Amino acid sequence: MGIQNTLQEGFFTTRLEHVLAWGRKYSLWPMPFGTACCAIEFMGVVSSRFDISRFGAELVRFSPRQADLMLVMGTITYKMAPILKRVWDQMCEPKWCIAMGACASSGGFYDNYSTLQGIDEIIPVDVYIPGCPPRPEQIIHALVKLQEKICGTGQSFPVAPPLVAASGVVKKGNAA
Amino acid sequence: MSQAILEQLRARFGEAIIETHNFRGDETAIVRREQIVPLCQWLKATPGIECNMLIDLCGVDYSERAERFEVVYHLYSTTQKHRVRVKVRLAGEAPQVDSVVAVWPAANWFEREAFDLFGITFVGHPHLKRLLTFDEFEGHPLRKDYPVNRRPKIPTPDPLM
Ligand code: SF4
Repeated sequence: MGIQNTLQEGFFTTRLEHVLAWGRKYSLWPMPFGTACCAIEFMGVVSSRFDISRFGAELVRFSPRQADLMLVMGTITYKMAPILKRVWDQMCEPKWCIAMGACASSGGFYDNYSTLQGIDEIIPVDVYIPGCPPRPEQIIHALVKLQEKICGTGQSFPVAPPLVAASGVVKKGNAA
Repeated sequence: MSQAILEQLRARFGEAIIETHNFRGDETAIVRREQIVPLCQWLKATPGIECNMLIDLCGVDYSERAERFEVVYHLYSTTQKHRVRVKVRLAGEAPQVDSVVAVWPAANWFEREAFDLFGITFVGHPHLKRLLTFDEFEGHPLRKDYPVNRRPKIPTPDPLM
């Protein structure tokens, strides 16, 4: 541990991006983009029985400008798709996205003319949650997965991995 | 009671009534397209009939028939407490029928919906624009010949500024 040996006791060294990521993963501000039944299940996650605030993500914001985690919960129609894209574009970097439920992940059983077949056609997704609707535990699990990903200790994801760039800023791989 | 309406309709409009049926109280009259507006006005205004409420208006595609499309009007009278169903049959790839918005304002969105999903043009509608899909949508998805696996292009968002 090179430099640490030369310093006085009471110091330890780390990488700046590590500290930033550590701070970010416990202070996610979710923006709920709820369009259907999955959003009802999300209400259970934020309220006391499951209590998402235990994971530092209780500050639900309804403005994309104040949020860094987009939760897409529900069926996204083609008519809704440009609105979702615009809301996503209004969020500041760094930002993450969780697709909650079968509808947001793949269109679900709405395999028809009106429904977008998965939101990853228009925005990058970090974590997909299966289920119709998913249990609250699954949403919390997804949040923990995302926290691991923000720290860079989780498994690598094929879609839009956040890159820890040399500048020390956590960046999204293929963010728009 | 409703049976009497069908008889009154026949007496008043004669030739314009193509057929009627009445199965367990669903009094239905299939009428000529040209007569739909005067007929609806008559159903609404005649004392004792007074169908003052348009419950629903929808399109149907019977793709195997020569007169392929149907527009169905479900009427109700809040004063007389009875129901009547009126149908018009339409032929061709670009079917047309007169709008009944002037009779019941509630027809406005119903007709836009039928226009959007079946491509039925309602002549005289004040604002005949797609209701459920978006403007750039191609085709009419509830027609039986709309390919089941066809997906539209994602519409482009309007610029913010
Ligand atoms: S995945 Fe199921 S519960 Fe969730 S929005 Fe779709 S239909 Fe509703």
